[in-house]
Amino acid sequence: MAVLDILTLPDERLKQVSAPVTAFDDALRAFIADLEETRQAGPSAVGIAAPQVGHFQRIVIMDCSLTRKPVPNHGRLVLVNPEITEWDGHDVGREGCLSIPDYTGNVVRAARIKLSAQDPRGDSLSFEMTGFEARCAQHEMDHLDGLLFIDRVVSRRTDLFRRKVYK
Amino acid sequence: MNNWYMLTLVGADRTGITAAVTQALFDADMNLGEASMLRLGGSFTMMLMVSGAAGADAVVSAVEPVAHQLGLKVHVDAIDGQLHEHLEPNVHVTVSGADRAGIVAGVTGALADAGLHITDLSSDVAGEASQPVYIMQIEGQADTGIDALRAAVTARVGDAMDVHIRLIETLLG
Ligand SMILES: [Zn+2]
Repeated sequence: MAVLDILTLPDERLKQVSAPVTAFDDALRAFIADLEETRQAGPSAVGIAAPQVGHFQRIVIMDCSLTRKPVPNHGRLVLVNPEITEWDGHDVGREGCLSIPDYTGNVVRAARIKLSAQDPRGDSLSFEMTGFEARCAQHEMDHLDGLLFIDRVVSRRTDLFRRKVYK
Repeated sequence: MNNWYMLTLVGADRTGITAAVTQALFDADMNLGEASMLRLGGSFTMMLMVSGAAGADAVVSAVEPVAHQLGLKVHVDAIDGQLHEHLEPNVHVTVSGADRAGIVAGVTGALADAGLHITDLSSDVAGEASQPVYIMQIEGQADTGIDALRAAVTARVGDAMDVHIRLIETLLG
């Protein structure tokens, strides 16, 4: 077990697209344990994605069970090869990122998603997520595609009254 | 630590103001920190943290030619602030309704009394000129919880305005 170094901007590797996990072995599970230890070692992150520690595989850990105001959530999730299969609605919410210290901004995300993934043993998982938890999944899965939330930040002036989605 | 100056420029809006001012600062070997620039009415307003100057007068000298050319008023103050002093907001307030005198003072006064520290406020007048609608968005930090804030605003402005107060739960991931 080890706390891993987190890549921070302007590290170009954050833009790298991660590869699917194909081997569900002890090495994968050992890495997941380190990733979780890293998530918990820092400033109260609800999620972390493998590429944030320079490991370019499609792995996300998230836990939305400890927000100030409780939100619908599925507890702590380890998602391997996650895919969003359905999107619905959109909401504006504030995000920050372990890889971009000292910056937060408002981002438009789908309000409800359906998601499929595998667990660390390769078994299939599927979830319906809403609100904050859905936002977390989208933020983390962006990392797997080399995308950062700063590329999606919208001005607060446009947020609530015009509600356009900028890609 | 850098010595920072707050540079304020205001003038009639036109294309290219930002580029011209920031180029002048760059040419004078000055650095920008945080900045806010926006169009208010027909004016363009800029507030920039500037460092690398040997005194406020040096900042004025650096931008004076371009300010003169573009018709901008210039003001510079030395400030104590530094970068990385963000105060993370945890409350968002939206106020909207028919425009009337005293809305900002009433709402912000009630919020301040209830413990809200405002970090960001923007207000606008929308609708038709004959029937203006006032829209204000506020972000701030409060330890009191939104129920107390809501009660304070309702007590002050009643039903005259639509007021929505919600927690900002910043996602860190
Ligand atoms: Zn992130």
